[in-house]
Amino acid sequence: MSIGTPQQLEQLHHECSAARDRFQKRVIVCCGTGCLANGAAAIVGAFQKALREREINGFTVEAVKETGCHGFCEQGPLVVIEPQGTFYTRVKPKDVAGIIDKSIAENQVIETLLYKNPVTQTRIERYPDVPFFSHQQRIALRNLGKIAANDIREYVAVGGYQALAKALTTMTPDQIIKDITTSGLRGRGGAGFSTGKKWRTCASVKDERRYVICNGDEGDPGAFMDRSIMEGDPHSVLEGMMICAYAVGSQQGYIYVREEYPLAVIHLQKAIDDCEREGLLGDNILGTGFSFRIRIARGAGAFVCGESSALMKSVAGEVGEPRAKYIRSVIKGLFDKPTVLNNVETFANVPIIISNGADWYKSIGVPNSTGTKAFSLVGKVKNTGLIEVPMGITLREIIYDIGGGIINDRPFKAVQTGGPSGGCLPESKLDLQVDFDSLTAAGSMMGSGGMIVMDDRTCIVDVAKYFLEFLVSESCGKCVPCREGLYQLHRIVTRVTEGNATEEDLARAEKLSEAIVTGSLCGLGQSGANPFLSTIRYFRDEYLVHIREKRCPAGVCKPLIRYEINDKCTGCMACITACAYTAITGKKKQIHVLDQDKCTKCGACFAVCTYQAIDVI
Amino acid sequence: MVSLTINGKLVRAAENEMLLAVIQRERIDIPSTCNHKAVEPFGACRLCTVEITRAEWDGWKRLVTSCLYPVEEGLIVSTHTPQVIELRKTILDLQLARSPKAPYVQDLAAQYGITRTSFEEMPDGDDCILCALCTRVCDQMGFRAISTVNRGHGKEVAPPLHQAPPDCVGCLACAQICPTNFIKYTDKGDTRTIWGKTFEMLKCEETGRPTITRAFAEYLSKHRDIPAEYFQYGDQSHREQTALTMGKIALWQRQEKA
Repeated sequence: MSIGTPQQLEQLHHECSAARDRFQKRVIVCCGTGCLANGAAAIVGAFQKALREREINGFTVEAVKETGCHGFCEQGPLVVIEPQGTFYTRVKPKDVAGIIDKSIAENQVIETLLYKNPVTQTRIERYPDVPFFSHQQRIALRNLGKIAANDIREYVAVGGYQALAKALTTMTPDQIIKDITTSGLRGRGGAGFSTGKKWRTCASVKDERRYVICNGDEGDPGAFMDRSIMEGDPHSVLEGMMICAYAVGSQQGYIYVREEYPLAVIHLQKAIDDCEREGLLGDNILGTGFSFRIRIARGAGAFVCGESSALMKSVAGEVGEPRAKYIRSVIKGLFDKPTVLNNVETFANVPIIISNGADWYKSIGVPNSTGTKAFSLVGKVKNTGLIEVPMGITLREIIYDIGGGIINDRPFKAVQTGGPSGGCLPESKLDLQVDFDSLTAAGSMMGSGGMIVMDDRTCIVDVAKYFLEFLVSESCGKCVPCREGLYQLHRIVTRVTEGNATEEDLARAEKLSEAIVTGSLCGLGQSGANPFLSTIRYFRDEYLVHIREKRCPAGVCKPLIRYEINDKCTGCMACITACAYTAITGKKKQIHVLDQDKCTKCGACFAVCTYQAIDVI
Repeated sequence: MVSLTINGKLVRAAENEMLLAVIQRERIDIPSTCNHKAVEPFGACRLCTVEITRAEWDGWKRLVTSCLYPVEEGLIVSTHTPQVIELRKTILDLQLARSPKAPYVQDLAAQYGITRTSFEEMPDGDDCILCALCTRVCDQMGFRAISTVNRGHGKEVAPPLHQAPPDCVGCLACAQICPTNFIKYTDKGDTRTIWGKTFEMLKCEETGRPTITRAFAEYLSKHRDIPAEYFQYGDQSHREQTALTMGKIALWQRQEKA
């Protein structure tokens, strides 16, 4: 059916939720990118095959739903039995028959598939009781892992497009902008500019055409929040864009998705097609006279194309190079028309703010950073994955309560937030509140929400080198400070890791960083020196040890370390087998000998030794 | 018209004019390597960065790229503050590391007291400073035969796929505008070679000297409504023709008076 009026939407909502409630139980199989990589598709296949052969208590194939990312990628593939919320981790296709026989047919729980709390060693049965989830508050990710991603009926069943109907029929554009402003929503793409103010400026520019663009470029290494939303809940992004378009008076929207996210493109395109078929996109939406269309623009995967002016050039089919923004893109953006550009997470927040009201949203988080923020928590932390937490939570709560602490309980060293242009915060900042302003004051930033945890085996100079290398190759190369400056900064930091730098080099790097920050054309360059500036701010000592003592305390920088075998060696031969360069010799049950001249410092011996018999010096 | 202050002097400028143009008109020496009247401002070299403030900003200042910043009523501009000079020095230092052998860069850097780069000279550095004047003028002419390719530090100017560019007509605009003379071409009697492509030259019917490439002449007659006969004569002949005509006119006038 096509949805021509708010009443018809309401009717479809009842129909869809009734269809959803038809089954006493539903099986949710996480088909986010992480779980798919771990074999989730085979599990879906196994369920479908088994249920086609036999029906159990009215439970049919339709009750098996492939959803977007739950976030707990570490433990995938994940299977949830609803409504009980029974939570199975690391499921294999051979477990499927057991799940059907026991959990579906007989309401039993399969102990061995339950998540085991690493601290208490007890099994946890229900999804919301797992510490990884219990400390979170999901708003932008509200539907992820709950509804089938590529089925508009699933979205409508959970109240989808009700916010759009409310906005179109009961609110004026001005009221919507007021609500979004009052809610305190700040752009989740990184800069944290007030979303309401942005919309207000765009709406106030006199022009017949306006554009709404969703930035789904997400280029930060280790970040996958936007990807998960686009893949797992594409309709909430579309709904947010539609509400924005109505508020600012736009008829055409674009979603810019990077080429590396093919599943996101497929799901978004399906969602757009479904909306067009149902009449939710196109002319005279819900009979209100509002018309809006959305097209997907695919980026070729250049980091700089996440920068607004470069993104708009890319959408227009030109080379994605930024321009100086003395005239902001809200006033003169895509095709020189007023343009609102928000990122995926920002748009995903919009419908629920309209539904629940600005005051509800404002009550979450802290005064200057309201609501929640999604992070991808990765690195040396036990529970990696996608999380969403209220603003104001501390780094310690994120890393230890949700993340479960550091792998192997090693000492915490630093957490890198905000992507390549963000910064590394040390242990002394663990109790820092996570919000836009606190992170910036501490020399890091919110960025799009990547969070990389590092332990004591991470060399901070090496980390700075890694991020600078990324930026050197991802700079568009248009302006000199960014193109040449980041290259030279990377060279200096590389020399530090090789033991070839002096303290004057550090001073030169600091001066150069200032020129990069003040002189660069766009945000990439202006924040490009951050990997160096934030690490030198908190870890200057570590730089100095590299320079003065020619030593890498974390045992990472190869020119500055050597491996040695100590007397804990049991003569197990493991390291000898692992060494590809015959640098280690010895007999069984005798202490082995390492020839420094032959050693390439690949670290294979260190990785295989289970007796702590190899020291990194 | 708008009024603004540049280095303490009250200056008037046309609306929508860019700061750099006004600064240069005031004969203030300010470097810029990517700006040229023939093309749109680009903002790549960052050398024309200046400091701006306004009376009502209460001492708050900001650095902007003058080639891209439109003039504003009441703007207070300083072109040589210590911070600006320091920034220009670093940029020139960086450009010198990339193009250590380019006299143009050496001269500019020397004006700011830099005779040797304090950074690592690029092992494969060349005279191309990536100002993109060549690609922009080529766009402007309507050919788009060359462009910048790759990004980041590996960026370079090149024809598509590093092959002889199909859209090039050998007009030489790129080579002429290049501030470092990095773009090379050879004129050999009746042929011209640039970007690995060889063109046939038209010859002046009077002097027999080569004029422009046949491809360029054909383009101009087709797209710019210039009659093909115009290209039968070279510049020299056109000038001689003009001199002859002017001489004849002068002679007539003298005869009329007499």
